[in-house]
Amino acid sequence: MTEPAAPAREEAPGTEPSQHYPFGKIFSEALEANNVTVTVLALVAATVLGGILCAFTNPVVLHAPGAGAMIARAWDVASGTYVALFEGSVVNPHTLAALFQQASIPTAIHDGFLSAVFGPLSETAVAATPLILAGLAVALPYRAGLFNIGGQSQFIGGAIMAAWLGYAVNLPVFVHVVVCVLGGFAGGAVTGWVVGEVKARTGAHEVIVTIMLNYVMQYLLAYLLSSASLLQAPGSPNPITPPIASDAHLPLLAGSNLRINAGFLIALACAFGVWWLLNRTTTGFEFRAVGANPNASRVAGMNVERSWALAMLIGGGLAGLAGAAVIGGTDFTLNPQSYGTYGIDAITVALLGRGSPGGVVAAGLLFGALHAGSPGMQDVTGTPVQIVQVLQALIVLFVAAPPLIRTLFRLRATRAAARGAGTSGAAMSKGWNA
Amino acid sequence: MELELRGITKRFGSLVANDGISLAVAPGKVHALLGENGAGKSTLMNVLYGLLQPDEGEILINGTGVRLGSPKDAIAAGIGMVHQHFMLVPTFTVAENVTLGIEQAGWGGLLDARRTRSEVRELSHDYGLDVDPDALVEELPVGIQQRVEIIKALVRKADVLILDEPTAVLTPAETEELFRIIRQLTDRGTSVIFISHKLREVQAIADTITVLRRGAVVGERAPDATIDDLAALMVGRDVQLRVSKPPASPGRVVLDVAGLTVVGTDGQTCVDRMSFQVKAGEILGIAGVQGNGQTELCEALMGLRPTAGGAVTVDGEDLTTATPRRRLRSGVAYVPEDRTDDGLVGSFSVSENLILDTYDRKEFASPLLPGGPRNLRLPEIAKNAAERIAEFDVRTGSASTAAGTLSGGNQQKVILARELGREHRVLIASQPTRGLDVGSIEFVHRRIVSQRDHGVAVLIVSSELDEIYALADRIAVMYEGKITGFRDPDVAAAEVGRLMAGGADLTPGLTPTEPEPVATEPGPVAPEPEDAPEPEEKP
Repeated sequence: MTEPAAPAREEAPGTEPSQHYPFGKIFSEALEANNVTVTVLALVAATVLGGILCAFTNPVVLHAPGAGAMIARAWDVASGTYVALFEGSVVNPHTLAALFQQASIPTAIHDGFLSAVFGPLSETAVAATPLILAGLAVALPYRAGLFNIGGQSQFIGGAIMAAWLGYAVNLPVFVHVVVCVLGGFAGGAVTGWVVGEVKARTGAHEVIVTIMLNYVMQYLLAYLLSSASLLQAPGSPNPITPPIASDAHLPLLAGSNLRINAGFLIALACAFGVWWLLNRTTTGFEFRAVGANPNASRVAGMNVERSWALAMLIGGGLAGLAGAAVIGGTDFTLNPQSYGTYGIDAITVALLGRGSPGGVVAAGLLFGALHAGSPGMQDVTGTPVQIVQVLQALIVLFVAAPPLIRTLFRLRATRAAARGAGTSGAAMSKGWNA
Repeated sequence: MELELRGITKRFGSLVANDGISLAVAPGKVHALLGENGAGKSTLMNVLYGLLQPDEGEILINGTGVRLGSPKDAIAAGIGMVHQHFMLVPTFTVAENVTLGIEQAGWGGLLDARRTRSEVRELSHDYGLDVDPDALVEELPVGIQQRVEIIKALVRKADVLILDEPTAVLTPAETEELFRIIRQLTDRGTSVIFISHKLREVQAIADTITVLRRGAVVGERAPDATIDDLAALMVGRDVQLRVSKPPASPGRVVLDVAGLTVVGTDGQTCVDRMSFQVKAGEILGIAGVQGNGQTELCEALMGLRPTAGGAVTVDGEDLTTATPRRRLRSGVAYVPEDRTDDGLVGSFSVSENLILDTYDRKEFASPLLPGGPRNLRLPEIAKNAAERIAEFDVRTGSASTAAGTLSGGNQQKVILARELGREHRVLIASQPTRGLDVGSIEFVHRRIVSQRDHGVAVLIVSSELDEIYALADRIAVMYEGKITGFRDPDVAAAEVGRLMAGGADLTPGLTPTEPEPVATEPGPVAPEPEDAPEPEEKP
């Protein structure tokens, strides 16, 4: 419905029309205008376009003697690329065949053939873990009407805590890892809470504050790592922390040959926890109400500012957990590149997951699979890793632009249909005397 | 220009929004379309404006059939439309808005701004519109913005002007001004199609009244038809316009407001040392032209706006600085002025909206860990929704339907069901029936009176004098943040009107027989009305 051109309604003190910012508008439209069909079709479109890109960046295809041969080779390369992706991220038939050729199950396990079968899935789960956690860190505040672009800073906050607790503190076996994980949550939570609190008290927009905090944390990390008296490993010429103690490692779930660790379970538990919090608790009810209509929430007696601060605190904590999962699960030390692109990928994952915890898990697994499968793609068909990243970007592009997909597949735009009915009779069926 | 619609039928799936509608608009006349929300008025006008294509029927201009495939065709045919929600660019000037879409390039391809400006000035002068072409639209009051829309239509040479619920966003004084403009337009041969569900306005301005009900024409009347006749046609049964109520039997003082002062965000005093009391079992009606501090008063009473002085007590409990939640818990039920913005979360289901301020009560939430988040008790919430929906006759597909998709009347019922469903001693209702159709108004009024009869202290704030007279046991008139007088409801409307205008000797409000020549602005200090236009028909 068109915005009426009426004079702006006076806001109560401390209120802020957070939905009216262009960024928020774009983000929320991208999230809400999607349905499952569009998401699936976006994946299909990205896959097709990605395949074409793989084929036509390949020298073998480009140097084909004729058009027919070129098409044949292009098909080979594209299909080979996706097969390699599948084998690298889900299951490789060769390892499966090798498993069945073993004399007995105990020898198969002992010689590592069983692990080899599950290796790709394990890698997918490992890569998905921080993506799911950081994706939740965007999805949860989003439901409270906040756009958390600060996944990176919160990730760093969590990683610093987890790494420091991991190498500098001596604790009993089980306790140590729990403390590291909780410390990671706390580190991220503080970083996130600052943003929520600043917004609650002053009305500063969280997008600006989070982006700026990303820089602050990024350079704070670089400073800490290059100061020998602080986090830098003694005697090391490199900006890197000492390795964390082995009892601070997240426990492996499937033996020493597979990297899958408890971090993945933490991510799944957090996804369930976020779902439960949002949909089944009074706190989540407040978050959703505040996110959908802060004015009505205030009138209904809710403390809008407190909800903002709390949502950013929990969101930040989740991103901090992502940091702890990376430090405790795979990296075991902290360096200036540890945060990678998780902060940005988190937005992508939340977008693809349409802001719901279940969707975030699915999107995190998909991106995890792309990560896990990309080395294989390079090995088998010579597809550069960059093309995998292009593929990811294409998926997001299509998901984030539903009109593009609708046009591409000639879907009837739901919005136009709604407009037709909206101006007219829809209300009639709900009318008083109907 | 003579415009005729013949047998227009428009269906949406199984729903017949317009069912063989025929009507003829004579040149230079005001033709009113009267009907409840959802009667098919807007659909018909969208057909006429080329936004929708009719399934059957034809449109004739001066006797020849035309096909209006888009608003462009309609404009070319001389049809102009002023939508209920204005189609203006707030950050553009009046002249820029007027020229939008028909920009004329001058020398060297530059925008010929001077020509548009002079055109606007000319039209403004001819029709007495008093619009400055260089003013920024966002800085104009709603009433003037509407005139910009009218100028837009006139610049495009409209012979027939469609006004869709034009008074929904106007104050009584602005409405009078609009009526004067409409008469100017018709004097110069422009026809006006005036869409409304307000009986008195239609009576006051129309030359012919066509009444629509459920998509069909149910009658055509001259403006001298009685209100009761029109109302009966509109809703299909006899309506009691005035709720019959036994005399009040006021008890103890419940709501006590003493010397309340509220300073607005711009530093002006919106509510100035206001004092009044509401007793159990009585309705105090606060009358006044919109924008005289009523909004700020209600928000201050609910703790949504800080007070600069004075005290608010409920049954002796001092609530002057209490949070909104504490006031709600102390037994204050609140029906906010802007139901879509302040009363409901549109994307929430009806059942969620029904617990919007009680969700954390024991009956709906059970603690999991002490101090931790509490589990919502979904079965209890569903049961509550079913009961409330039945009790208040909310017409909704199901309890899980998004509240924002309900019609205005049903949205208001959801709010009433929620607020009256919990224990309360005070009911504060601001503009409780704004934008509602006659049937809904009747329902809401009955509920409010029954609250009074159950011993609740009721405070009604309304800019509709009819409503004040229908409900109030005592009337307080508010002007520029002060109460200019208390009156009993048997006092003449002219007297209340005089107080509404600050005691000056003029009579605002609608007088169907003799329209006011010039209703001046309420006063320089009065802030502009800040109500958002009420969407009549929800998509």
